Amino acid sequence: MSRIANCFARLEQNGRKALIPYVTGGDPEPAVTVPLMHALVAAGADIIELGVPFSDPMADGPVIQLACERALAHGTRLLDILEMVREFRQQDDQTPVVLMGYMNPVEAIGYANFASRAREAGVDGVLTVDLPPEEADELVEVFRKENLDVIFLLAPTTQESRIRSVCEKGSGYVYYVSLKGVTGSAALDVKAVEEKLAEVRRHTDMPVGVGFGIRDEASARAVSEVADGVIVGSVLVNRIAELTKTPEAIPEQVSTIIAAMRSAMDA
Amino acid sequence: MPTKAELAALMQLPDDRGHFGPYGGCFVSETLIGALQDLDRTYEEMRKDPAFQAEFDADLAHYVGRPSPLYFAERLSRENGGARIYLKREDLNHTGAHKVNNTIGQALLAKKMGKPRVIAETGAGQHGVASATVAARLGLECQVYMGIEDVRRQSLNVYRMKLLGAKVIAVESGTRTLKDAMNEAMRDWVTNVDSTYYIIGTAAGPHPYPKLVRDFQSIIGREARQQCLDQVGRLPDALVACVGGGSNAIGLFHPFIEDEGVRMVGVEAGGYGLETGQHAAPLSAGRPGVLHGNRTYLMEDDAGQIIGTHSVSAGLDYPGVGPEHSWLKDCGRAEYVAATDEEALAAFRTLTRVEGIMPALESSHAVAHALKMAREMDKDDVIVVNLSGRGDKDIHTVASIDGIEF
Repeated sequence: MSRIANCFARLEQNGRKALIPYVTGGDPEPAVTVPLMHALVAAGADIIELGVPFSDPMADGPVIQLACERALAHGTRLLDILEMVREFRQQDDQTPVVLMGYMNPVEAIGYANFASRAREAGVDGVLTVDLPPEEADELVEVFRKENLDVIFLLAPTTQESRIRSVCEKGSGYVYYVSLKGVTGSAALDVKAVEEKLAEVRRHTDMPVGVGFGIRDEASARAVSEVADGVIVGSVLVNRIAELTKTPEAIPEQVSTIIAAMRSAMDA
Repeated sequence: MPTKAELAALMQLPDDRGHFGPYGGCFVSETLIGALQDLDRTYEEMRKDPAFQAEFDADLAHYVGRPSPLYFAERLSRENGGARIYLKREDLNHTGAHKVNNTIGQALLAKKMGKPRVIAETGAGQHGVASATVAARLGLECQVYMGIEDVRRQSLNVYRMKLLGAKVIAVESGTRTLKDAMNEAMRDWVTNVDSTYYIIGTAAGPHPYPKLVRDFQSIIGREARQQCLDQVGRLPDALVACVGGGSNAIGLFHPFIEDEGVRMVGVEAGGYGLETGQHAAPLSAGRPGVLHGNRTYLMEDDAGQIIGTHSVSAGLDYPGVGPEHSWLKDCGRAEYVAATDEEALAAFRTLTRVEGIMPALESSHAVAHALKMAREMDKDDVIVVNLSGRGDKDIHTVASIDGIEF
């Protein structure tokens, strides 16, 4: 069983929901990322989504755009991110790591080359924001051979007729984008999310993670009542941005946000 | 040169998912998929609808002022030596460039789809002006994204857009030019997808944009082909057009794809010279990748990060190119070269002084290369250059290079 499947199975047994923080790898500097990942796990994270910085993050709001710029300024590239995962795995062999980013860095080094290196480094899944399933046949085939889960997005604008085909191509979990907008947008509408998830569940047994617009304990808790996983990004990255002058404080300060969400979700 | 059958197959592209060989496609986040599918469906219905075609043709005739002339630049040809140079005068269109052909078509689509708001990205400002113009005419709310660097370079066009009632948003992220304006327009669209129609200005972006922009711009090539037959008595030997995203070039080239005797030459922005790396010539010096919704040639580093571009002309200052050009290059049907800033500026001055026609700096790249080609051709040969826009907007840029500030 893959680490991701294992993780959701274990959570289900314990009656808990997955808490999935997103941070951009290499933000604000490369040395912060691995200690931050460990601190997030210690604070109650179940899966880590590690962002791969890209020069043109079209689907991201200003908070994550700036995170990409900070990481790129230090020269953090896709292969450096894989090194970070490899280092993380030396102390943590259990927590799934999903890389989240854009197509072009993967295209540049080649699907097969990337997939074998990613598997070897200890990556469990890959979410490529600008890769819809229609364009993904070749990539899915190559990634499957390396037992990497390919995670796709669903959105409020996804027609019900399309949900099944998206889910059939993906594995691990499906990422539901809670609102129309970029990352870090306004608050989400839990009622609307609940209705859409009911539709999604008619077409798949895969766990559903919900992201975009979750910014505090209350929204994390509310979403955890309707979803299998709660994905939190911009609020963490925003805190990182405030701490760029004291990077040594980042792991502790940022993980307190996750710890608070964890207790709210488990209460 | 591809075989006759291969050329006929090229005319059928893209496939129903927007592919031109390995290029094109639809690489966007899930939220936009539904909107792009709706757009494709609406466009396919409209293009088969005679009433839509009639409305489009009437607008092009009475609002844009088409057909644009095919002008024999006799003095230029004589002084330059070699082939006869004809200019397809897109600079004479309403708003001063070829861009309006496309915004007229897309505005009709926006109207048909019931969207009260349009957005656009712009580099030189010509597409922004053309979008603001059609929005004013149809009473649509219009917001234009423009890199802050281009806002500075093209202040005249910024003010024109404001006069037309559009809101211009200066984009400060990334390299602060056209690519960042496009990122920001995409972010707006994903947020306001229900109310908003995104008028992409070039034959790039996710499917169906490369197809529909090409179709709307193909009026250029259809007219030029017929005008050349009427005026010269035969087809031209070569077509020359500048290529940033490549909408004016694909508009000129496409109707000639099956005319094997007609060379097609796209001229990219060579900036300070290809050898310096400071240019905007992905077809000449880049490699394939994925950006802004399509797979195409890009300017990128080894790790797939998009790199900054340079061109004296804001409209060519873009790291990608329309996917159909990428495929025409790989198939060997079209050739792509680059002209430097210096060559373009020299051509700007030459055409202005010799013919009394002041070309846009973008179009000046095409003129520069055509002059070079013509000198190596026979005096009976014919080159058609797409004079895609007029140069009034660039007077500030040229003046400041001359050390003059107004």
